Amino acid sequence: MNIDLTAFTPAAALAGGLLIGLAAAVFVLFNGRIAGISGILGGLFRPRHGDIGWRLSFIGGLIVAPLIYALFWHLPEIHIEAHPITLIVAGLMVGFGTRIGSGCTSGHGVCGISRLSFRSIIATAIFMALGFIIVYLVRQWS
Amino acid sequence: MIVAFLSGLIFGIGLIISGMANPAKVLAFLDITGLWDPSLIFVMAGAIAIGFFAFLWARSRHTTLLGAEMKLPSATKVDRRLIIGAMMFGAGWGLAGFCPGPALVGLGMGLPKALLFVAAMLAGMGLYELFDRTRGG
Repeated sequence: MNIDLTAFTPAAALAGGLLIGLAAAVFVLFNGRIAGISGILGGLFRPRHGDIGWRLSFIGGLIVAPLIYALFWHLPEIHIEAHPITLIVAGLMVGFGTRIGSGCTSGHGVCGISRLSFRSIIATAIFMALGFIIVYLVRQWS
Repeated sequence: MIVAFLSGLIFGIGLIISGMANPAKVLAFLDITGLWDPSLIFVMAGAIAIGFFAFLWARSRHTTLLGAEMKLPSATKVDRRLIIGAMMFGAGWGLAGFCPGPALVGLGMGLPKALLFVAAMLAGMGLYELFDRTRGG
């Protein structure tokens, strides 16, 4: 295993992680819910009275985050290597998979592990393992 | 709703600062046999360090700090849906380097590829709704 020391940014990663934890903390303590992004987004497909506003507000906050960030700091460069067709296939899998599996990196990964939920720990282990395998296979073929 | 907006905003800024809004950095974490970037572990560690105490506090209460009902998940079973879903999600995550949060942040940056991914992701969620309804769920 070779660690890429030039790309490794532990301090920024930890600082960003603490903010993500703070966001999840604020959300559960004030809204009483899990800050699971796929669940918040997916719930919009089953609109119920009084259930839409907070979902759209949370998603709106996420979407405007880079705009607010750019007011104070320089936005980091983003590299999306994947081919458009790969992005479509991946998007479909992420959308369907997170709904049938009840969560993604935020709901199962951050919140589930924080709650010490066995179910979420298993889900996180599975999706990370699949991520490792797929990246390995893609790097072999390309 | 204001709290939900602020949570989303803090979450998004956390994703940007941590580097996780960048799919290339996420893929560098998943590339364990190549030049590995372990940053994502530090993001998870930071988030869980705060989340752990927040959920500990949340679980000791019956209501939120605003007096509303706590709606924490009650499911505990590891079933086929969880396993299949996590596998599909992990495979898609490994293909693109995007999970839902960073994709929405990328959308806010006005990146066409993020828009494409988000559109496909919403279509995938819509397909799930059809699938779930035809199965009588």
